[in-house]
Amino acid sequence: MELAAAKLIGAGLAVIGVIGAGIGIGNVFSAFITAVGRNPAARDQVFTMTMLGFALVEAIALFALVIALIILFG
Amino acid sequence: MATDTHGGEKHSPLEQFEIKELIPIEIGGNDISFTNSALMMVIAVALIVLLMVVGTRKQAMIPGRWQAIAEMFYEFVANLIRDTVGNEGRKYFPFIFTLFMFILFGNMLGMVPYSFTFTSHIAVTFAMAMVVFLGVTILGFAKHGLHFFSLFVPPGVPIWMWPLMIPIEVISYLSRPISLAMRLFANMLAGHTLLKVFAGFVPALGAAGILPLAFVGALTGLEMLIAFLQAYVFAILTCLYINDALHLH
Repeated sequence: MELAAAKLIGAGLAVIGVIGAGIGIGNVFSAFITAVGRNPAARDQVFTMTMLGFALVEAIALFALVIALIILFG
Repeated sequence: MATDTHGGEKHSPLEQFEIKELIPIEIGGNDISFTNSALMMVIAVALIVLLMVVGTRKQAMIPGRWQAIAEMFYEFVANLIRDTVGNEGRKYFPFIFTLFMFILFGNMLGMVPYSFTFTSHIAVTFAMAMVVFLGVTILGFAKHGLHFFSLFVPPGVPIWMWPLMIPIEVISYLSRPISLAMRLFANMLAGHTLLKVFAGFVPALGAAGILPLAFVGALTGLEMLIAFLQAYVFAILTCLYINDALHLH
């Protein structure tokens, strides 16, 4: 196979990992909405934790994206 | 039209991360040139010092604008440490505050067009993560001695599970600096590359380019949030690691 084609296919395969992060971020925010719905008074406290969880999950997506970029441009 | 908007040479979205030498210095065969990365670090530190010095110059009971900003940053980090580490964490406030402000200003300065994001280089983020990791490990050994190794044994785990759990805990402990460095580096790299890629769609689409332009506007807002959030996450994880070292479990 040609190297350029293999690079493009590889980069495409590498970003499949973003699926997991998408599910994860959806879970984080659905849990946040549920928690605030049950106890609106705890909103501020839960929100900081949510943001932390969001950032940690999002980082996983970016790992996949960096791999893809390295394959494409590296 | 769409083809010649790119100009003669091809622009890579990764071009913005290139390190350029501004003042070449070489001592003993080592290249320690003053680069654009170093320049942005100096600017970040100068801005932080300026903000804090001006903010605390006249300590009024009713804070002025500068003092209010300085107090806001101070209180934000102080609350963060109080919530995660507790009262013993107060003596680590200067370290966490410096780390948080440096990363925050580095990320925010990177949002300025044509500037350089020094946190998008793994050499910078890994150095910071390694300082945190080594500092926390030394702190743990200084406080608990060899008892520090009990950190690797999760509480409430039956003894026949130990051969499985201890290697997992050791590996997760050793991967801390890598994940800490990679998270900040990858966020900054991917975010800025994404902005450039989307900005590239704007001239290529001609009149329909208004759609990606609006999207780039929204994306810049998101990047500002990420820039703040990553500084926050770096600081809070450092606090959690210090908490682990101080209180074990």
